[in-house]
Amino acid sequence: MSDARKWGASALIWLLLLAMPWWLPLVGGYQELGTRVLVMALAAMSLNFLLGFTGVLSFGHAAYFGLGAYGVGMVLKFLVPSTLVGILAGVAVGTVAAAIIGAMIVRLRGVYFAMVTIAFGQVFYFIAFRWNSVTGGDDGMTGWKRQPIDLGFAQLDIGNDRIFFYLVLALFAAAVGIMALLLRSPFGRTLLAIRENERRARYLGIPVERHIWLSFVISCAFVSLAGTLYALLNNFTDPRALRWDLSGNFVIMAVLGGMRSFWGPLIGAAIFVALQDYVSSQTSNWMSIIGLFFVLVVLFFPRGVLGVFRRKAGS
Amino acid sequence: MTQLILFNVFNGLVVGAFYALMALGLSLILNLSGVINFAHGGFLAIGAYLAFTLMPYIGFWGGLLVAPVLTAVIGLAVERVLIRRLYGRDPLYSLLLTFGLAYIFEDGTRIIWGAQSLPYQIPGWLTRPLSSQLFFLTGYRVFMVVLVAVAVVGLFVILSRTRLGMRIRAGTLDLETVSVLGVNVRLLRNLNFGLGIYLAGLAGVLAAGLLGLQPTIGASLIMPSFVAIIVGGLGSLPGTLLGGLLIGVASGLATVFMPSASEAVIYVMMALVLLVRPRGLLGEEGRVQ
Repeated sequence: MSDARKWGASALIWLLLLAMPWWLPLVGGYQELGTRVLVMALAAMSLNFLLGFTGVLSFGHAAYFGLGAYGVGMVLKFLVPSTLVGILAGVAVGTVAAAIIGAMIVRLRGVYFAMVTIAFGQVFYFIAFRWNSVTGGDDGMTGWKRQPIDLGFAQLDIGNDRIFFYLVLALFAAAVGIMALLLRSPFGRTLLAIRENERRARYLGIPVERHIWLSFVISCAFVSLAGTLYALLNNFTDPRALRWDLSGNFVIMAVLGGMRSFWGPLIGAAIFVALQDYVSSQTSNWMSIIGLFFVLVVLFFPRGVLGVFRRKAGS
Repeated sequence: MTQLILFNVFNGLVVGAFYALMALGLSLILNLSGVINFAHGGFLAIGAYLAFTLMPYIGFWGGLLVAPVLTAVIGLAVERVLIRRLYGRDPLYSLLLTFGLAYIFEDGTRIIWGAQSLPYQIPGWLTRPLSSQLFFLTGYRVFMVVLVAVAVVGLFVILSRTRLGMRIRAGTLDLETVSVLGVNVRLLRNLNFGLGIYLAGLAGVLAAGLLGLQPTIGASLIMPSFVAIIVGGLGSLPGTLLGGLLIGVASGLATVFMPSASEAVIYVMMALVLLVRPRGLLGEEGRVQ
């Protein structure tokens, strides 16, 4: 794609996101759904920083998503009624956990890396599930809600769904912008080199483990940001926010949209969230349909929407 | 106190035997085909429910014999129709596919057999405790451990003594060479998958007798099986067996001293093993990367 078209596509995406509250109802959506798409898109794009651009398969990102969610919930419920402090704390908890776990697993590769991430993902699920007195166990953590943000000169009432949407969009933009900048930097190029040929990268003297670890931590930091926003959106969080099925959903979003493209996971998230919302409102057997969807995507659509689109444009 | 500890260690051993049975099947498939079979728990549930359905006709013993075989047949078909297409591709795809299958199996059992939990009748003489002192030592638990031991010995005999088993082991080390030597690799992978699923089905029938039947029965057993493989050592079947038993006993012991940590303790063990010995207790050097 030429540079002009790339800029055009990016501009179009931002325009669509900014105008979402106006066009979403016209196509049968509602505000909360739009915010959820944005949050899931942030999670999927953060995962894709690791999956698509570093070539490392993590199947346990829900753990950090959930840590962010519980982090913000606990701060708002037990410490201070400040949304921003909550978000910061949630991200910090997720990032620190990722830094520790990442250091233990960076030497593993491929299927084994995936398997260890799956297994580690469950630790926090069981903690949240069992630590009843604080987390509310299986019923989830209630009794708190997002608080207005005091900007000094004005108060941002994010209790309002639309204003909250724009807060999420602003944070989404910041996170996505940072990831895009990182990918353009020498560091990001090095990650691509590792993805393409790890052995050659190693022979060139690149500290591969350190780069993968950094990529893992960055990816998890933004996933935990998405987790905090998800908890704030629902004013609630429960152990399902860190269970393995959510990790799988993030991966399918990235694959569905196109792992090798920056914006792919956004499209994947939009399709997946809309589908899940529709199917679960229509039938109680939504699991079968989502499962079938996984199978069909893998068999017939492994390159994702943008992958197919690109191949057609290229040929 | 001693009795409490004994009770929980034995309990852990029973649970560990389950994990080991599941994990051995997972390991077989992973080692030869590079596929993480997320649907393994779903196959376990199918085995359990098939045994339940067959019981009125062929009884407990018939179900124990037939249900795992039927589950294996379903496994062979699934491998043939779906999983075979993904060999040689990024492991991401087979993981996602089996992940979707896990959803379908869980929901499918719910549609067919209902969401409520069903009782599974085991022969009366198996439910009685063996001694009044050790009340927890019911016949069924002992029987389970013995049966798992028999299955494991059987598996290792197949792997070390039969042609199929030798080919599986050879293929695990170097599939390309095995293929060049004239072995039908497609068939080999198919049968290997079936063997793994047979173990899942067997675990399912045994689990049904211990825990009763629920559609989520498989989902709750699969995660510890992953941990068993990682702790025991990637690529090593004896390691997987050891890992399963170890984490079972560890979580049993944790139940005595800190019940709320009985699940978390196995992940702590995994973290320790990864720190001290990243390839796992009996893992081979070089398999990790």
